[in-house]
Amino acid sequence: MTTFLQQLVNGISLGSIYALIALGYTMVYGVLRLINFAHGDVYMLGAYTGYYLSRKLKGSEPSLLGALVVMLGAMLVCAIVGIVIERFAYRPVRRAERLTLLITAIGVSLFIENGAQLVFGPDPKFFPSLAPRADFIVGGVRLTSEQLTVIALSFLLMLLLRFFILKTRTGKAMRAVSFNLDAAKLMGISTDRIIAITFALGSALAAAAGVLIGMQIPKIDPLMGINYGLKAFVAAVLGGIGNVPGAVLGGLLIGASEVMVVGYLSSTYRDAIAFGILILVLLLRPQGILGRAQKEKV
Amino acid sequence: MKSRVLLAVLSAAAALLVPACRRGGGDEILVGEYGSLTGTTATFGQSTHNAITMAFEEINAAGGVLGKKVRVIVEDDQSKPEEAATAVTKLINQNHVVAMLGEVSSSRSLAAAPICQANGVPMISPSSTNPRVTQVGDYIFRVCFIDPFQAEVGARIAWEILKLKRVAILSDVRNDYSVGLQTFFRQTFKGFGGEIVAEQSYSEGDSDFRAQLTQIKSANPEGIYVPGYYTEVGTIARQARELGITVPLIGGDGWDSPRLWEIGGEALNGCHFSNHYSVDDPSPAVQKFVSDYKAKYNQVPDALAALGYDAAKILADAMKRAGSTKGEQVRDALTGTKDFPGVTGTITINKERNAVKPAVVLKIENGKFVYVTTVKPTG
Repeated sequence: MTTFLQQLVNGISLGSIYALIALGYTMVYGVLRLINFAHGDVYMLGAYTGYYLSRKLKGSEPSLLGALVVMLGAMLVCAIVGIVIERFAYRPVRRAERLTLLITAIGVSLFIENGAQLVFGPDPKFFPSLAPRADFIVGGVRLTSEQLTVIALSFLLMLLLRFFILKTRTGKAMRAVSFNLDAAKLMGISTDRIIAITFALGSALAAAAGVLIGMQIPKIDPLMGINYGLKAFVAAVLGGIGNVPGAVLGGLLIGASEVMVVGYLSSTYRDAIAFGILILVLLLRPQGILGRAQKEKV
Repeated sequence: MKSRVLLAVLSAAAALLVPACRRGGGDEILVGEYGSLTGTTATFGQSTHNAITMAFEEINAAGGVLGKKVRVIVEDDQSKPEEAATAVTKLINQNHVVAMLGEVSSSRSLAAAPICQANGVPMISPSSTNPRVTQVGDYIFRVCFIDPFQAEVGARIAWEILKLKRVAILSDVRNDYSVGLQTFFRQTFKGFGGEIVAEQSYSEGDSDFRAQLTQIKSANPEGIYVPGYYTEVGTIARQARELGITVPLIGGDGWDSPRLWEIGGEALNGCHFSNHYSVDDPSPAVQKFVSDYKAKYNQVPDALAALGYDAAKILADAMKRAGSTKGEQVRDALTGTKDFPGVTGTITINKERNAVKPAVVLKIENGKFVYVTTVKPTG
């Protein structure tokens, strides 16, 4: 039983990472109906920004303040990256066919992956310890401070996002844009600005995920975004793409089931489970678990 | 992934179809080297390449081979088997090398060996330990021991040195080296009377091992055998300690990298692994190699460097004895290598084209690999 609970904790902490990345997929899909394939690579850039920032801070002892600076710095940098990607890659082709947009996204993804190998080098890098470590043992289950941080921070960010979407004017505008882009424009909403904000928010969340994975794993490499990006995409589809709570639920489900499969079956099926779930969802409930006609879209 | 496999198959087919039209020529002898200069096992390729370069510089300074200078052409395989196949195909068909040095990883040597064999280019793997590598054909050699022996050493570390009775195994299922060691370790350790309480696996490139380690922890082992490569091993060690697993980890020569400590840090204290040589070996040959290498590269040479050095020297020696650089004659001369004084011990190539040599056991203490003992092959 303890083992099972420990696996559950492992699964939730992995799932929170997927959930954070999945939010970016789902938000962008909500406003543009675009699967932003470069999103996983923004997550990778977030991890690398965090890595270089924490190296800059090196010399000072691991501290919560330092970790916070690294996290916010990475989020800021990636928010800008997200805006730049949208402005220069997606906006020029926004009115073109859907397929053009999709292929542009794949192109951006390949560009970032190969550019990163050139700039950072293809060898993996290892995160230094950012925050002071402590372990908590609850009923035989060991919770590391990294895992707790990952889970707590993910949920905090997701709650903030939900508040932002539901309670602020900009959030309201985002919902309007996702409902109908042209109608929103007619109502005087600056859709370009709202789309840019959506990219910035999604990218910042991905960057947070990148720094969190760096703290937890702690290996990062230029191609790390591919696999995590795909799994997060599956999570977004599973929860109902375009649906914010759905992305979170999907991420947690994928994370937990992946860990259970590795723990109780075999690590060989690690990726098969995520994609098996995707196929099942598409067959049985194409709109996703929480996807409905009447839904809160972003 | 599919396209890469296809590429490997195509390039292998191309290698078979295009006959090598020109070999060597001029006043240089061209030797090919393929290795992981970048990627997850980058230090393997870099150490090997440094040492091979150093060996041929020494050979050339002493007059070269058969009156000619030796030039090494190196190709990076990015730590990927499919790239290794492409690299050797290029070296053979475009650069017309007369012999091949590489690889460290057994999976990559196995991808390249059939191409060398088909083209009649002798290949010496410095440090691939999976038995299947040299079984590819009579042009494929190695200068290191093989995994049944290395796994026996691992089992001895657990049973005799650490006195463990219950051991778990965590291996890389997509790596021939790791799977081989796992199989032989299980056999030998059970033969001693030990018990394997859990077997878990991962795939090269994975970075989250918590699920496997949680399962292993619940089986309550006294030690864990982790026959993997340093990138994953360092990460596994850290995550194991975070989950509260305090028992020692045991491994093989795949652990040997200057970066292992950087990745795993204190989590590795007290862990043991089997290796090809120890820098603390007082023999003059080892000490000269270590000081030369340090002077040139400002780094302590790992075992992969030592084996790369020996592989290069043995190749040059075979060419000299053959009086030729023709594939067939070099192959025959390599087969006759006997009592060659290498850095990693006295090397004799047996009729399976493997080297029979003792192994050393090293213990990790605060970033240092401390010599524990030497285990000689039985029979």
